[in-house]
Amino acid sequence: MQKKRLLVGVTGGVIGVMAVLLVKYGNPPNMGYCIACFLRDISGGLGFHKAAPVQYIRPEILGMVIGAFGAALLTREYKSVGGSSPLIRFFLAFVAMIGMLVFLGCPVRAVLRLAGGDLNAIVGIVGLIAGIAVGIYFLNQGFSLGRANVQHNLNGQVFPLVTLVITVLVLFGTTVFYTSQEGPGAMHAPVFLSLGAGIAVGILAQRSRFCMIGGIRDFILFKDVHLLIGFVAMLVFAFAGNLITGMFTPGFAGQPVAHSDGVWNFLGMALAGTAVTLLGGCPLRQLIAASEGNTDCVISILGLIAGAAFAHNFGLAASPKGVPVAGQWAVVVGLILVLGLGYLGNKQFSMSGGVNFEQNS
Amino acid sequence: MSRTVDARGLLCPEPVLLTKKVIDQLPGGSIEVMVDNPAAKENVTRLCENKGWNVIVKQRGLDYILNISK
Repeated sequence: MQKKRLLVGVTGGVIGVMAVLLVKYGNPPNMGYCIACFLRDISGGLGFHKAAPVQYIRPEILGMVIGAFGAALLTREYKSVGGSSPLIRFFLAFVAMIGMLVFLGCPVRAVLRLAGGDLNAIVGIVGLIAGIAVGIYFLNQGFSLGRANVQHNLNGQVFPLVTLVITVLVLFGTTVFYTSQEGPGAMHAPVFLSLGAGIAVGILAQRSRFCMIGGIRDFILFKDVHLLIGFVAMLVFAFAGNLITGMFTPGFAGQPVAHSDGVWNFLGMALAGTAVTLLGGCPLRQLIAASEGNTDCVISILGLIAGAAFAHNFGLAASPKGVPVAGQWAVVVGLILVLGLGYLGNKQFSMSGGVNFEQNS
Repeated sequence: MSRTVDARGLLCPEPVLLTKKVIDQLPGGSIEVMVDNPAAKENVTRLCENKGWNVIVKQRGLDYILNISK
């Protein structure tokens, strides 16, 4: 178990160091890795939204899928499962993405923003913790998305194989995808560095079960710090890396790809925290599990991509100028819907065939 | 008295929560926990060991059977 704990720490540390490196070589500031931003860019790259500054097929994401898929195959942990409330998962991921795009980052980027001196990230992380606490309340009340079943292996292979095809197209420099000419989407490290950094994290996260939400969740639930070590290691290593490379600039105002509207930083991440706690893991964990054959998590990824497209097509996403009114309403409506779902999804209603605890005791 | 927790098909943290509900009610004894993914196997093992239970893991087909006892 000590070895596993070390692996979680190494995963967090590698993400922290590689994130600084990726920014140094071209990624947007404090955005070495960001699952939400990168899926948003991929959504734009595939033409699902028309926000010209945020369109790019991020090789980091492709690499994570390939790395995790390969690691799962090699360790015989690959298994195709699915059928646990796929549509609810799509919805939760969709809404979570809107919350993350109001904050401007996933839990990984929240930590990387803090490590770069962006103090707005503290407000977001507090919101995230509040959201996770709400999610835990529903889980303790018996919220369940129900059981997944074993599926034919082909089901789970669709996602990694499609990713592989897209990777080949990207590596051969084809121009089939949309690519930003300016803005964050135009800022990126060289393709091979990004892909390699993705593969490394994909392998490590698959082996360590790294999860940003899990770290906070397990600490609140069981006072277990196992996954939290990864969270802390990422912060410490990225902070040290930013100090060394002169990229640490503390403050609230004028932070890169961020705004300083505290209320919406808090509420955006609270929405995301609640939704992904009900999903069972942070976007990175969803991505890794999707690559291990869990088709429900693939649905979550599709929900995240669709949510990003919706957020940019209808002007909900924040920008350094602030949060649009439509985005504020979207967060409020999203919170109401997710809280309603959390309440209705407990075992009294058992809409998703939740576990009957009495049968188990 | 022997008890069974069937957490197959469930993603974390549900297997851990189900197991915790059972071990919190019991001063000791033996419990069989069934899970079907490696993350759940590790998380349930960690919970039980932290609470002073012994865990023996066996694989049965595609499932993991955790025999926990105290």
